[in-house]
Amino acid sequence: MLVLKKPGQAGTVESNDILIAVAPGEAGTGVTINLTSPVEKQFGAQIRTVIGETLAACGVADAVVTANDRGALDCTVRARVETAVARGAE
Amino acid sequence: MKKLRRTMMFVPGNNPGMIQNAGIYGADAIIFCLEDAVSITEKDAARRLVFNALKTVSYPCETAVRINHISTPFGYDDLDAILPAKPGIIRLPKAETAEEMLEIASIIEKAEIQYGFPVGSIKMMAAIETAKGLFNAAAIAASHPRMTAIAIGGEDFVADLKTTRSLDGKELFVPRSQIVLAARAAGIDAVDSVFADVNDDEGFMAETTMIKQLGFDGKSVVNPRQIRMVHKIFAPTAKEVDYAKRVLAAYEEALARKSGVIALNGKMIDGPIVARAERVLAYNAAVGGH
Repeated sequence: MLVLKKPGQAGTVESNDILIAVAPGEAGTGVTINLTSPVEKQFGAQIRTVIGETLAACGVADAVVTANDRGALDCTVRARVETAVARGAE
Repeated sequence: MKKLRRTMMFVPGNNPGMIQNAGIYGADAIIFCLEDAVSITEKDAARRLVFNALKTVSYPCETAVRINHISTPFGYDDLDAILPAKPGIIRLPKAETAEEMLEIASIIEKAEIQYGFPVGSIKMMAAIETAKGLFNAAAIAASHPRMTAIAIGGEDFVADLKTTRSLDGKELFVPRSQIVLAARAAGIDAVDSVFADVNDDEGFMAETTMIKQLGFDGKSVVNPRQIRMVHKIFAPTAKEVDYAKRVLAAYEEALARKSGVIALNGKMIDGPIVARAERVLAYNAAVGGH
């Protein structure tokens, strides 16, 4: 399991990118995702799933995630979450 | 016919929009840049972005990753992050010695074994950007069987020479020719530098025509608009294709007649001319010509 030590941020608000900010969550509170996206209606659930799966793959159980999406592909979402987590774990 | 490398297009490694669309422009190869196109504070983000893109996007062409030099704090981390995604080529910038290439080859081999890729499947190329690198270019090009191309990085090279870049490129004439010689001696490709002014089509085409004449296999490009111009210049003309066909027909006829001397329109046809004709036709077939 990986515990975030501090907030971590990655990505931008440029087209096709996503700005991900992760903050440590209290133990046992799980993952909270606050998502803003122009394609929320169609892809919101998918983006949340990718964020959740990436956090789990990184070993993060408790975190507060703020995601500002600008039409990112899943691979970009994964990359930005991984980087934000790594920066928050340093 | 071996793989065409007429155009190798640089794509900034931390730009998701450019990365996801990089395959649609028809370049023969894409080079995802983790080096000069990425700021020091975003090296970690770019590595993960390029890794995830390589794992996800089906690029219709060869993929390369320009890592940071292994003498910087980033080079080894770049290799660690990127090799599991199996890029086609690892490109080392500012290459100066064969030993650097051997060091990278050894890291690649370990990764290939660790991740179950066929050993030797990830190739290497080196960019020569300094006078020291140029003096070692032949050794660098021949350093390892993974070596598949050698390139010249014009901007850095000119800075190292303590001069400036001119439109006719006279300051790069000798280095360019030496890069081609090193590549040919090692049996690998030679790739020319980028032409930075994307609005100067005339200058770009003049430079591309010149480097093709010097013997380069292709050119690095920084803008998708430049791809079609390079491919047009590198395509054999109808006249060249027609002549090559007639050379081969005359050659085959002479072979059938067991004639030692071959002539076409009063000109003697010998081995190098036949070889060139075969190369023109193979190249024409590879670029979709008839």
